[in-house]
Amino acid sequence: MSAARLESPGGDLELTPADRAMLAGEEGPAVAMAMRLLAGLARAAGARRLIDVTGTHVDSALCQGRASLDFAARLRDLGGRVRVPTTLNIGSVDLLHPGLTGGDEAVRRMGRETMRAYADMGGVPTWTCAPYQMVNRPARGEYVAWGESNAVAFANSVLGARTPRFGDFADIAAAVTGRAPEMGLYLDANRRADVHYHLSGFSDESLAGEELFAVLGFLIGSDTGAGVPVITGLERATEDQLKVLGAAAATSGAVGMFHVAGITPEAPDLAAAAGPRLRREEVTPARLSAARRALSTADGGEPQVVNLGTPHYSVGQVERLRRLLDGRAIHPRVTLYVNLGRDALAALDGARELKEQGVVFVTDTCTYVTSILDEGVRLAMCDSAKWAYYAPGNLGIEVVFGSTAECVESAVAGRVIRESDRWT
Amino acid sequence: MDLIRVSGTPLLSGTARGTALKLAEPISFWGGINPADGLIIDRRHPAAGKSVTGRILIMPHGRGSTTGAGALAECIRVGTGPAGIILQSPDHIITIGALAAAELYPHRPCPVTVAGEEYERLVDALPTAIAPDGAITQQSVA
Repeated sequence: MSAARLESPGGDLELTPADRAMLAGEEGPAVAMAMRLLAGLARAAGARRLIDVTGTHVDSALCQGRASLDFAARLRDLGGRVRVPTTLNIGSVDLLHPGLTGGDEAVRRMGRETMRAYADMGGVPTWTCAPYQMVNRPARGEYVAWGESNAVAFANSVLGARTPRFGDFADIAAAVTGRAPEMGLYLDANRRADVHYHLSGFSDESLAGEELFAVLGFLIGSDTGAGVPVITGLERATEDQLKVLGAAAATSGAVGMFHVAGITPEAPDLAAAAGPRLRREEVTPARLSAARRALSTADGGEPQVVNLGTPHYSVGQVERLRRLLDGRAIHPRVTLYVNLGRDALAALDGARELKEQGVVFVTDTCTYVTSILDEGVRLAMCDSAKWAYYAPGNLGIEVVFGSTAECVESAVAGRVIRESDRWT
Repeated sequence: MDLIRVSGTPLLSGTARGTALKLAEPISFWGGINPADGLIIDRRHPAAGKSVTGRILIMPHGRGSTTGAGALAECIRVGTGPAGIILQSPDHIITIGALAAAELYPHRPCPVTVAGEEYERLVDALPTAIAPDGAITQQSVA
């Protein structure tokens, strides 16, 4: 199944004279290094040629150790400079709130230096995993090269732009050359759905929140692996809901694109999205409830942390938090973190009121990729399938997944408040 | 000694030897493996707690976050990474991670090869070799 996903029409890679000049170093050693990576990637993907991209979103600035900095510093010091508009994904340090990031100062410094290297190369220091929440976003049919799996899913599925899932290093290589292998989701054939998920039996209330979308995404990613799903029964989904769905599907699987019939630009209806073979799966309340249980490693208890915003919260999601909290203070034993882009925080005028109620805003990074949580934290609650999936391994903690409303109630009460078997 | 021979397609050419670690489910290098010690830390993974260090890692394809390429490169830099990787189908996250590591740390090769339809013939825990042309050889211990 997944083998077919990465195959392009076949044949050898044909580079243009301009590509070959870049590879030969005629535009400097940084461009040559980037072109070596792209050519190797193109051969791996079976791409026949490289194509122009109009923009990139670079995920490589998240320092994962010396290798991240070694790579960024090498490319910058060789003269690397982006050729197309480039936004930057999160780093490992909150530059606006430097006191938040704990741990070893040497690690923090390495994180800051890695981020600086990408800004030095001309990336716009947006430091967000949700670049699609900003003003400038790619149009339908635009070819871009994006890293960050949730952003890739959103670009393809909601905006109708085209990008394969670029990993670290490939995204900046595309940025400094303006080129990318013609592979994966750039190609029409790889954008057609091969599995159809039909939702039935859910109440309007269930379909109104984001929790169902997180669990559904997680279920779909686990079930389909690297496939392209089409979903029916979600015709009124919002951008925030689709963001949540895509992030979850790209966590449990390698989903780079999903169709929501009636919403995805390429899927006005089921038939428009369907590929030649379409497996059908029924998504029932019982099936989703089982998937929801699998997202938690603990049943209840007293969480020291409640985490919201993975991917980064939108302004609208923060406004909803404000309504759910309704002026109440966070329990003194709980820290409620909200991860969001620095531009969103600015649009909220700093959200002073929420800060006074005890909400801690994290920008430029995310609580599960770096040392922000106190070492004594044992149990956390979150409204994100992605956070629930990664935090136990990354942070060595137990996690309870719940709806945003359940997270807020738990943060106020100081203990997990959660309905069981929500959809059965 | 019985031999299993599979003609693979190299994504990053090189020579590698090690004991096979065949995973029933794919793993993400980022969040799935700790670069400090090479142990699988994804607690939901059936092979959680096992080490990938020095092994020929065999899995269907990559998984999860696009951040996996940097994590693979860091594993290779530290020396906790696998000796080589065999996939059923090509994966660009793994490919670019191995390519970038090869640019920075050419003394620590981690070849990547694709077994395709013959993937199912590969067996866990056997001594395994990857050749520069992508060919895979496994020796049965008995």
